[in-house]
Amino acid sequence: MSTPTAQPSPEAVLPFPPPYEEGSPKKGAEVVVEALEREGVDTIFAYPGGASMELHQALVKSGKIRTILPRHEQGGGFMAHGYARATGKPGVCMATSGPGATNLITCIADAYMDSIPLVAITGQVYQTLIGKSAFQETDVLGMSMPVVKHSYMVLEAEDLPRVLREAFHIAQTGRPGPVVVDIPKDVQQKVFTPRFPLELNIPGYPEPPKASDDDLKTVLGLLEQAQRPVLYTGGGIISSEATDALRRLAEATGVPVASTLMGLGAMDPDHPLSLYWFGMHGTVAGNWAVCESDLLVCLGARFDDRITGKVEKFAPEAKIVHFDLDRSEHQKNKPAHYPIFGEVGDALRRMADLVEKTDFRAPDLTAWRAKLDQWKEEYPFTYKESPHILGQEAIEVLYEETGGEAIITTGVGQHQMWAAQYYRFKEPRTYLSSLGLGTMGFGYPAAVGAKVACPDREVIDIDGDGSFLMNVQELATAKVEGIHAKCLLLNNQHLGMVVQWEDRFYEGCRGQTILGDPDNIGSPDNIDGLYPDFVAMAQGFGVKARRVIRKEELREAIREMLDHDGPYLLDVIVPYSEHVLPMIPQGKSAKEILTE
Amino acid sequence: MTQPQKYTLSILVENKFGVLARVAGMFSGRGFNIETLNVGPVHQEGLSRITATIVGDQQSLDQALKQCNKLINVVEVEYFGPGVAVSRELLLLRIQADSATRPELMQICDIFRAKVIDVTAENVIVEVTGNANKIAAFYDLVIPFGILKMARTGAVALERGRSPEKLVGAS
Repeated sequence: MSTPTAQPSPEAVLPFPPPYEEGSPKKGAEVVVEALEREGVDTIFAYPGGASMELHQALVKSGKIRTILPRHEQGGGFMAHGYARATGKPGVCMATSGPGATNLITCIADAYMDSIPLVAITGQVYQTLIGKSAFQETDVLGMSMPVVKHSYMVLEAEDLPRVLREAFHIAQTGRPGPVVVDIPKDVQQKVFTPRFPLELNIPGYPEPPKASDDDLKTVLGLLEQAQRPVLYTGGGIISSEATDALRRLAEATGVPVASTLMGLGAMDPDHPLSLYWFGMHGTVAGNWAVCESDLLVCLGARFDDRITGKVEKFAPEAKIVHFDLDRSEHQKNKPAHYPIFGEVGDALRRMADLVEKTDFRAPDLTAWRAKLDQWKEEYPFTYKESPHILGQEAIEVLYEETGGEAIITTGVGQHQMWAAQYYRFKEPRTYLSSLGLGTMGFGYPAAVGAKVACPDREVIDIDGDGSFLMNVQELATAKVEGIHAKCLLLNNQHLGMVVQWEDRFYEGCRGQTILGDPDNIGSPDNIDGLYPDFVAMAQGFGVKARRVIRKEELREAIREMLDHDGPYLLDVIVPYSEHVLPMIPQGKSAKEILTE
Repeated sequence: MTQPQKYTLSILVENKFGVLARVAGMFSGRGFNIETLNVGPVHQEGLSRITATIVGDQQSLDQALKQCNKLINVVEVEYFGPGVAVSRELLLLRIQADSATRPELMQICDIFRAKVIDVTAENVIVEVTGNANKIAAFYDLVIPFGILKMARTGAVALERGRSPEKLVGAS
């Protein structure tokens, strides 16, 4: 009664000497840097300290790797996120032992939740001091264990080349995720002749499987028969570079596509088959389409609670097909009738081929599509005009002024949802946001990292005043390193999303959700109460900044930000009274969506 | 949703730093209830076997298997339903027994093929192996003597021979 697995038999794991390439004798820290260079790493975000300074000394000598100093380890971790999310390549961050390492934990957890390839290197105290409560000693391996794809503590310097090769391989293959490599100082200091492995042997990490032809034909058969089908697409489309295949399949079958926020950009929202994104604050059409579907084909998504609402009422009439290369996602949150274990991009490409080359009969979806079009028409994202600048409006203007071509990062809260609603993302890897973990402070450092990775793209952090303040120190990194990441700050002086919940579910009682002086709350009508002075703060960092309050100045101010050749902060004062709509209250179903 | 039941998981792992912590941490982090846990090296170099019994419904078993399998250091995961595997536990008991009560205790030990491995004037240490039922039956019988101390392994299990296994050392 063993479960079928793709694991090799135990006999296959007997050790054998794998082929390797021998380097010249050097310190462990220099071996680490050479290993990074061999992985093609061009940038590392690293904050030094006692237990990692050997590594920094080695980095100084590297002609291939740019080392960027963040002003907080968490900032460095999220820069690596921005780099990884914008490119798909592993982001690399590094910190010293103890507090340096603990400051990285949030970034590691964030990468775990959103399946981002991240390699986090931490210095560790000398092995002779481990367990002695030495200065700046923490068990980072133990602390990070629940939030890593894998982790290593390197006990023998000779293992460094293999461990780093494995770390990068594991981080970026299969379902991507974070890998921690903890390196004691004595290992960094040991001089030895490194052997860089040319082959990997990780017995518990087989190649991801591919869906069988029969499975794919079954799904196509279901599609032929379906009357109300929907494709539900997630981050797996982005990480497996399957955007083109998805578009091909959707067009060839005529099946509409509803995305998660992680999957944003896989379809152009203006495409007739696009329902844009669904979930708690997604489109009415997307939510209702999924709810009423008779066939829901999930591709690389995980039935998160912000997507399903009340699980029993999620797509209650649908046959559910669930493509995932992580089998533990099958039957975890919502039972699927057809769980299909395999790489999503491969499955999509082969299905698109099958549809185009065989006698697939596209179902007649005229009535279904007409219904969806009516919902789309009836319930677009919308807001009521105000005498003041609204966050939604500022994002719309930004969208127009950038031609929708910028890479957008966000913090967490109302602005994060509005960014997804009003900056209509049409290409993958352009909406970079902490979606699973929901980490405030993500936006600006992520923008810095994305800008380093994509210097020719406009990169803008759409942020809130609460989130932005959490990693405001990274303005220094942007200035000193000459990284032209910009920030459109929607400043409402409150924690807007929590305020929204307070208004809706707690009779408006404010539980520490006012960010300034509660007796003199700043707003577009009370300029004197605005706190803190973000413009002065940015100027203190040497970063150009401007505050905009009046509606008629908005477009010109955004234009100035875009035209500025350098980092820039645009402090847009907005009222706190706006709510993100539509909204499916927690634990409710799509049919209970609030539109006002 | 099925009724909660006891499942035995047999997990072959690479014998590496922190691997037991990874497996145990995964169970607790994902909300599974471990009843017993055993670990020891096996005949293949560099590998160990963890035997764990968990209590849960079919869905939590399914998740536990898949989450286990995801851990990089886990090479193979199996689970054994009732009757599929042989399972043994080892129980060590220090029991109050003086010259008056010792003969009766020895009689019970004989019936259960338990071994007396240490004797003093006031107490004995007894070792008994068997499946969970046998262990429980023995335990119930000796309670009246007075149990002073106890250590118990929890189950280790191997599935009954279903296919010819390769011999140890055969390539």
